[in-house]
Amino acid sequence: MTGAAKTSEARVVRRRITNIAFQAFCILVTAIALIALAAILWSLLTQGIGGLDLAVFTLSTPAPGSPGGLANAIVGSIMMCVLAMIIAVVMGILAGTWLAEYAGGSRYGSVVRFINDVLLSAPSILVGLFVYTLLVAPFRGFSGLAGAVALALIAIPVITRTTEDVLSLQPKTLREAGVALGAPYSFVIRTVLWRSAGAGMITGGLLAFARISGETAPLLFTALNNQFFSVDLTKPTANLPVVIFQYALSAYDDWRRLAWAGALLIAAAVLGVTILARAVAKEPSRS
Amino acid sequence: MTDAAINLAPKRRVQPRGALVAKFFEWICFAAATALLATLGGLLISLFIGGWPAFSKFGFGFFTSTAWNPVTDVYGAAGPIVGTLVTSAIALALSLPVAGGVAFFLVELCPAKLRRPIGTAVELLAGIPSIVYGMWGLFVFAPIFAKYVQMPLMMAAKPGSLLEKLTTGIPNGSGILSASIILAIMILPFMAATLRELLLAVPAAVRESAYGLGATTAEVVTTVTLPYVRAGAIGAVMLGLGRALGETMAVTFIIGNAHGFPSSLFDSGSTIASTIANEFTEASSPEHAGALLALGFVLFIITFAVLALARLMLRKQEIRL
Repeated sequence: MTGAAKTSEARVVRRRITNIAFQAFCILVTAIALIALAAILWSLLTQGIGGLDLAVFTLSTPAPGSPGGLANAIVGSIMMCVLAMIIAVVMGILAGTWLAEYAGGSRYGSVVRFINDVLLSAPSILVGLFVYTLLVAPFRGFSGLAGAVALALIAIPVITRTTEDVLSLQPKTLREAGVALGAPYSFVIRTVLWRSAGAGMITGGLLAFARISGETAPLLFTALNNQFFSVDLTKPTANLPVVIFQYALSAYDDWRRLAWAGALLIAAAVLGVTILARAVAKEPSRS
Repeated sequence: MTDAAINLAPKRRVQPRGALVAKFFEWICFAAATALLATLGGLLISLFIGGWPAFSKFGFGFFTSTAWNPVTDVYGAAGPIVGTLVTSAIALALSLPVAGGVAFFLVELCPAKLRRPIGTAVELLAGIPSIVYGMWGLFVFAPIFAKYVQMPLMMAAKPGSLLEKLTTGIPNGSGILSASIILAIMILPFMAATLRELLLAVPAAVRESAYGLGATTAEVVTTVTLPYVRAGAIGAVMLGLGRALGETMAVTFIIGNAHGFPSSLFDSGSTIASTIANEFTEASSPEHAGALLALGFVLFIITFAVLALARLMLRKQEIRL
């Protein structure tokens, strides 16, 4: 009997020790993750702030050794992202609407849903290759337009998905009320459902924007780069990610400084938009 | 003739305004959804057609040879393919325990007040563009890694031992293991967030009854909640793996970009994505471009398989992320 008591006591101790070890491990790895985030943000700030000055926003990318900035890249990036978002918002919302409102439980609907989920995390460099073979090779020229299409292809699945999700969350009575008033279903979708799901759809758009504004790989073979200031999207177009890539891997200190400044700008933009998206969504805090 | 027929018919019900628009609207929504399908199909077909010259010229040798020579136009993809699989596997092995720990911490241990801030912080990690990871890896992480990990390990390795074999290379901070560690940091937030969602979806009654029986936190997690979400958890891991396989920029910065078969953890290597990123714009000959497109096709097949499996697993759990 004392033996049994002893073993059960030993078991309690062992279980307690296992539990403490487990909890310590969880806390430790969470701390490691947070430290990694802090380390990355810290080096971005310390390395990037030094390179940030007015010239970054007013001058174009320089030859090594001469003064310059990132103005052409910033403008190019903004143009391409805006164009990509216009394409992606239209396509994504329509496709998401079809999935949520018209597809029902049809087989084709579930295939499209599945394909969209796969596209959502498909390697972005493959999208770049695809757009290269589609738009760059046949027209014999890199262009900002091709870059925008590549970015749009990455943004569309994100928007499709969020649109479908938020529309599915709308109550059925909302649709029935609209249809009962005699409105065609498409009218109900556009004036009732889109409006009530608006905040969620905006969140999706912002998340997609955050996603594409830092994308580099798909732009390497589509928009390429351009050393000079240009707003012509039919020509190779400068953009921040590719400039950062080239300058960071160069041997010139001033180019590297610009790369860090650019990286800080992109990260700030992406994180800012992400936080904005969360604020728009105002997702109720879960326990 | 049909016009006349319509005019002669007695005027009955007036079509509601927008009835035509309704059909049209449904049709363009359908077209947009179909465009998604076409995108994936186009991706597959264009990569296959583009890569066909390489597949037909080198045959199965394309997958087994490590020769990658743009000068003589002989291409074998074994190096990048193995590099991709090895870095992703190491990244997953490193990232999985951490992601699990973070998810368990957030669900079971974290004080309610810290839950949202820490959850948001982990998700911010996911938002950082991959090129920033690459720069951080090359300029901040690599020197530290070389000085405090690579050098001591290489010093400590006894000649002829397995450790020595694994640690040969130039201790400059880049290489297979460094790339894997950066990849691990990148996929961590995705896996942690998915796992957390899954664990939160476990009915409170299930978890609470386990606690009520006197189970410790560790026991609740390992014997109750984790088995409850097993399929979904595997899906989350596969999703992370899919990201690691296709990740381009961060890896390109730090893997060292050598085409051969990586012979040790500190050796330079390459992945499919990094090879394409480095060489595609400078592909000198059609054969070179063809070989890179063929590589892209291989990557597509690998990631598609992994992602499809991940989605099926997650669907079983009725979680969509």
